[in-house]
Amino acid sequence: MTTTMTSAPTAPAAAPAAVRPRRPATEEPAWVRRGLIGLALAFLTLFLFVPLVTVFLEAFKKGVDVYFVALVEADALSAIKLTLLAAGISVPLNLVFGVAAAWAIAKFDFRGKNLLLTLIDLPFSVSPVIAGLIYVLVFGLQGWFGEWLRDHDMKVIFAVPGIVLATVFVTFPFVARELIPLMQAQGVEQEEAARVLGASGWQIFWRVTLPNVKWALLYGVILCNARAMGEFGAVSVVSGHIRGQTNTMPLHIEILYNEYQFAAAFAVASLLAGLGLVTLLLKYVVEQRVKAQMRDVGDRAE
Amino acid sequence: MLLSRTLLKRHSVLPGFDLALGFALLYVSLLVLIPLSAAFLKTFTLNWEQFLAATTTPRVVASYKLTFGASLAAALLNTLFGLIVAWVLVRYRFTGKRLVDALVDLPFALPTAVAGIALTAIYAENGWIGRWLPFKVSFTPLGVFVALVFIGLPFVVRTVQPVLEDVNREFEEAAATLGANRWQTFSRVVFPIVMPALLTGFALAFARALGEYGSVIFIAGNMPMVSEITPLLIITKLEQYDYAGATAIAVVMLVTAFLLLLVINTLQAWARKRQGGV
Repeated sequence: MTTTMTSAPTAPAAAPAAVRPRRPATEEPAWVRRGLIGLALAFLTLFLFVPLVTVFLEAFKKGVDVYFVALVEADALSAIKLTLLAAGISVPLNLVFGVAAAWAIAKFDFRGKNLLLTLIDLPFSVSPVIAGLIYVLVFGLQGWFGEWLRDHDMKVIFAVPGIVLATVFVTFPFVARELIPLMQAQGVEQEEAARVLGASGWQIFWRVTLPNVKWALLYGVILCNARAMGEFGAVSVVSGHIRGQTNTMPLHIEILYNEYQFAAAFAVASLLAGLGLVTLLLKYVVEQRVKAQMRDVGDRAE
Repeated sequence: MLLSRTLLKRHSVLPGFDLALGFALLYVSLLVLIPLSAAFLKTFTLNWEQFLAATTTPRVVASYKLTFGASLAAALLNTLFGLIVAWVLVRYRFTGKRLVDALVDLPFALPTAVAGIALTAIYAENGWIGRWLPFKVSFTPLGVFVALVFIGLPFVVRTVQPVLEDVNREFEEAAATLGANRWQTFSRVVFPIVMPALLTGFALAFARALGEYGSVIFIAGNMPMVSEITPLLIITKLEQYDYAGATAIAVVMLVTAFLLLLVINTLQAWARKRQGGV
């Protein structure tokens, strides 16, 4: 209600200039309004829009040919493949975890729930560098399983499994965090009704719960994927930076940049920036759906 | 069976509790708890003197000062402008508003390395913005600040925005009726309502900035004692195979992060209570 009322009294701007319209007492003078809009846009331009535009301009600075050469070069291709692989493994894993955690947390009342919620939030407050470090301590040569892994001729750190592990760590809250509030708001009535009517556990999940949360689920997956493909700090610690083997796209950008191949670095960066923009677009679309679903829940509750 | 018998507070007709919670606990333990405990156990291989020596050398202390100082300054700037951006997005209408609203989340979606090289290019001496500034930004501590402003930008906007949307306009009308001018209404009526959200946003931006690595290392120049952040120091120690030293610094950062998490949760609980009271 309140939000629809706010936009109503903006009519005075359209009134003839001769009759000086009186400004409603709950609105700021026009100069304040314009000033604040200007300030906000200037701040966002300086810190957001200019960096975004720069990525694309710098990528094409030396021409379209240089741009595409940078992308199809062997090391770049292997970095793209590794990034897709790491995201391809960690996103489904975190999806399954997110659904399981949300089912337990939202549909049941159990001791230690808040502790589990805090643990799920933990990766957000741990520096990505530390996320990488802890896996080095466990799987590195001097780590807990270091000797055992060496004896069995397996490598986790400075190899692909370490990169996947680090990626899983930094991205594991995303799906759970989107699902839990929605599923908590939806409650258990529909599932209980299905149960009483004789549905099995999996039937309840596929036919009742999943359709109710599908947009939030997709939203979580989108955010999870964006972070998985763009993670730098954690992956940087465990990767070992072996060109063509353990370099993801963000790490490849770093190497190119440090070698002063700026156009190539920005070319690879533009792919990730494009992914970021697609993520924002999808996020915007899905967010509207989630809001609608949340409103549905609210309406039903009343 | 074991989980449902010991942990469930109320019996439920719904199935799947054991499977779901069991899997979630296993996953969290294997991926987070056990590796994290490795960090704490590793520091126990040091005695107290060694721990202090590893975490309080001048170079490490200089990195704490930079990391905390720049994070604090960036979070403060983001709090001020985050409030303005949230206000403008909620209260005013202007062309391109939807686009601006969607782009506010860019720092969440843009990989930090991409942001890092872009900011470095812009704020370098011959960059788009850098060339107009009378002082150097890229490769100085100021560059660290710029990168941290970028990555912390959405937090305040996104915590304040929903609260501002829910502010009951009748309060403002009542204040105006009672003779308050617009500034008084804002500072005495609106601001106290959004304050908890503002604090939460500040704490989130601050916490994120403390651990940030990817966007900072490109623009910082990484000079020891001058523009070297604490996460980078951890990596430097790791590259010198000083695992215990790296872990000691990491534990200092972890404890700080946990304390901040505690503050954030307390703030949010306080905010919920206040909101409930309104």
